[in-house]
Amino acid sequence: MSLTEKDKAAVKALWAKVSKSLDAVGAEALGRMLLVYPQTKTYFSHWPDLSPGSAPLLSHGKLIMAGVTEAVAKIDNLSTGLLELSELHAFKLRVDPANFKILAQSVMVVIAAMFPNDFTPEVHVAFDKFMSNVALALSERYR
Amino acid sequence: MVVWTDFERATIQDIFSKIDYGVVGQAAISRCLIVYPWTQRYFGSFGNLYNAAAITSNPKVAAHGKVVMEGLEKAVKNLENIKATFAELSTLHSEKLQVDPDNFKLLGDCLTIVVAAQLGKNFTPEVHAAFQKFLAVVVSSLRRQYY
Repeated sequence: MSLTEKDKAAVKALWAKVSKSLDAVGAEALGRMLLVYPQTKTYFSHWPDLSPGSAPLLSHGKLIMAGVTEAVAKIDNLSTGLLELSELHAFKLRVDPANFKILAQSVMVVIAAMFPNDFTPEVHVAFDKFMSNVALALSERYR
Repeated sequence: MVVWTDFERATIQDIFSKIDYGVVGQAAISRCLIVYPWTQRYFGSFGNLYNAAAITSNPKVAAHGKVVMEGLEKAVKNLENIKATFAELSTLHSEKLQVDPDNFKLLGDCLTIVVAAQLGKNFTPEVHAAFQKFLAVVVSSLRRQYY
């Protein structure tokens, strides 16, 4: 399900809008994921505080959004552009790739709540495809 | 057996009392057909589904959205026994409609996004978690009669 030029334009336009509230979106998406899909907490047992607004959540949400921003910039070549991030997730973090979908859904729910008029069905499908491709690129080094 | 907290029960009932079944149902189904186009395979009799605009303005899609929401309302009214409430619906989806049960999750995700867009700030993480739990129970109940 590769990205068409139309998809890429839609993703870039959406991200330009979202970028103004990036830190808030990141923290919110991550916090939501840990609450709504509790199995994801297993990856954060080393954090003392998983509650919304906690310091690790805020900084990590920021980090993840920076990663997505990098992916938007490299949208024409995700599989090679995200190799370093893939190696991180594959060898160090060892996150089960099924969780990429879960985080993607969490991000989209936050975007839908914050930007309801922008997250139209057409934009949704483009962004869902994009996040699927990002997940694929992140899985590149797993095996 | 599903155990609902008072907050979860109140939250789920509150969401369903606030949303317009026609509007939300139509938005959720059409979003599903647009974002996951392979789901269109189940709607061969619905006519024009060629593009997003056609799907969004299709009256059969809108009518079906309402049917789905009314089905979900049955679950809301029978939170203590969704499994039994949906036994017939599960058989219907399995034997007559022959819907791949993985699609239930896709529609659930689209419905969540539509509800989030409607409720905005009020769709807090806690409300979201309760809604997700409700959807998980519904999906599990709909899968139950598949063999």
